[in-house]
Formats: sequence, C-alpha cells, structure tokens
Amino acid sequence: MMRSVLPYPLLALSLLVMWILLNGLSVGQLLLGGVVAVAASAVMAQLKPAKPRLRNWRAVMRLALILPVDIFRSNMAVSRQILAGTGGRKISGFVAIPLALRDRTGLAILACIITSTPGTAWVEYDSNRNTLLLHVLDLGSEDWIKLIKTRYEQPLMEIFG
Amino acid sequence: MTDMADLPIWAALLVAFLVLLGAVLTLIGAVGLLRLRSFYERVHAPTLGTTFGAGGILVASMIFFSMLETRPVLHEVLISVFITVTTPVTLMLLARAALYRDRAEGAECLPVRHEVGPANAGPDPSQGD
Amino acid sequence: MSAAILLWSLTIAQILLAVAMAIAAFRMIFGPRAQDRVLALDAFYVAGMLILVVLGIRTGSTLYFEVALIIALLGCVSTIALAKFLMRGEIIE
Repeated sequence: MMRSVLPYPLLALSLLVMWILLNGLSVGQLLLGGVVAVAASAVMAQLKPAKPRLRNWRAVMRLALILPVDIFRSNMAVSRQILAGTGGRKISGFVAIPLALRDRTGLAILACIITSTPGTAWVEYDSNRNTLLLHVLDLGSEDWIKLIKTRYEQPLMEIFG
Repeated sequence: MTDMADLPIWAALLVAFLVLLGAVLTLIGAVGLLRLRSFYERVHAPTLGTTFGAGGILVASMIFFSMLETRPVLHEVLISVFITVTTPVTLMLLARAALYRDRAEGAECLPVRHEVGPANAGPDPSQGD
Repeated sequence: MSAAILLWSLTIAQILLAVAMAIAAFRMIFGPRAQDRVLALDAFYVAGMLILVVLGIRTGSTLYFEVALIIALLGCVSTIALAKFLMRGEIIE
C-alpha cells in the first residue's frame, strides 16, 4: 500500500519541502504541496528510473561532514594559488585514476563531489576500462590517486555497494 | 532602509562578513578566469564563486531576512542546492567538450587515452594568451 | 550603527561583484576559444545572480529572490546547451 502510493519517498519529501520553502508554511500549502509531491512521484514511477539504494546512513553522514571542510580547504588553496601570480605557479595536469566503483548513482555523486571541489575537475570517464580522467590544478602537492580513492570512493562504495 | 537599523549589531557584523567573504571569493574566481594560462586550468576558477562565494552571500541573506521578519526565511537554500547540483554538471560537460575538440584537432600534449597514473604535466594545448 | 555597517559592506560587495562580472565579460569577448567564452558566460551568470541577492538584502525585499532563482536556472540550462553545441555542432570546422 505504502509502496504503491509513494514509490519514491525521498523524492516526494524533498518536493514537499521545496514547495513549503517557496510558498510559506500553512495548512493549505501543506495539503497542496502534498498533492503535488504524490502526483510528481507517480509520474516519476511511470518513467521507471533505476532505484538507488542507500545502504549505509553512517557513511552518508560522515561524507556530508567531510565535504564542507574539504571544499573550504581547497577554496583557500586555489585562491592562494590564483593570487600568488607567476612566481608561485604550480604545475597542473591530467591524472588518470582506475576506479572500483561501478554503481551509476555513486559515479554521478563522485563526479559532482570532484568537480565542485575547486582544484580538481572531472574531465572524462571511460566506462569500458572504468578509468577516470581528472584535471588537477596543483599536481605536485599530493598523491591524488590515493586521496580520491580513500577519501571519496571508499565511502561511496560503502553507501551504494 | 529603515528596517536595517532594527538589526542587532552582531547580526549586522555577521551579515557584512559573510557578504564580503562571498563577494571576494567570487571576484578571486573571476580573476582566476583571467590569469590562469590554459582552458583546463581556468575550469577550476568559477567553482570558487559557486561553492563558498554563493554560499556566503546566500547564508547572509537568510540570516538577514530571518532576523528582520523574526521567523526563519529559508528559501535561499533552494538557490544554493540548485547551484551546487548544476555547476558540476555544466563544468563537466564543458571540459568534455573541450577535450573532444582538442582531440578532433589533434592537439599535442593531451593525455594518452588508456594510461593510468599522472598523465602529463606539460603545458596544455589550448594556451590562451 | 548596524545600518551603516550593512550599507557599507553591501556597497563594497556590489562593487566587487560588478568587477567580477566585468572580468568575466572581458573573457567572454576576448576568450581565445569558444569553450573559454562559454565558461566565462557561466561565471557571468553566477556573479549576476549574486548581485541580485545582495540587492535584495539592500532593499529589504524578498522580490529579488525569484529573479535570482530564475537567473540561476537559465544560466545552468544555457551553459549545458552551449556545451552540447560545442560537442555536436562544430565537429567539422
């Protein structure tokens, strides 16, 4: 019963929250937003997207705590590098990384994490060989393959299996 | 203008700090767009503005309106969620398009397709100025 | 006092963001290749959206929020469309 009315509970909940944020909280808006959320998730069920399953909520929380800190640190590093001028130039270049993660949703989230962190950008993913091509602004400072694999790929594999 | 004086001074300082932080980070990102040498380096610059640059200004706006209206005004969260989800997608598509174009033109110094590890550290082909 | 702090910081922020927009516009006009121009357009959109949010704080009206939301939406969609065009439209140059 629950499954047939609300096939995607997270999607319906986030639609309802978005509706309330846009229109203000009142009983009428809550009802209207609820109707919209249920209708939209019914439409979504017709499209039959692959359903990602979150296995490990603790890993989700850990990743959500790590990310803002990492983004802040790389913000500082990249702005220092931009302001340093030609004297403090670092070497930038491409890095190819072999991935063990195969889940499509996990890969999409990894792409978003890597690109939204300043200093690293996702350039290309080769699905046959499962390798990822990154562009890194400061190539010298760290072992990027190890960093990406332990810091982001490992938790994502725990989450999506 | 009359509303602004109602704000307690700590909130005003906090809002001012966050707005200035966001604006400075966005400006540094734009300067990076100007100063970095190749296209692949320049891809990194706008993410400064879209992560903490936009974040700072949007949080400042949230604090300001919540203090003024004495109830939580949170709809700026929508913009920040939207920006954090869409910017990586656009930048990724753009980087792929640039790589595709460079490969189609047979530019040198591009990474070899199937090699694992640090590919090449030389200057990039699409050198600007 | 708090009004003065806010007015000054908001004015400075608006100037900084306007300079950021000008730099992005420079890259958009003189960018050596098409991908540079599209990247600059994306940065231009984000800076413009932030200017509107700051303007909203300054005037104390939530009306600008909707404008900023729509600009963020359009900026994303147009950049994706242009990136797609770079991949598909100009293969034979």
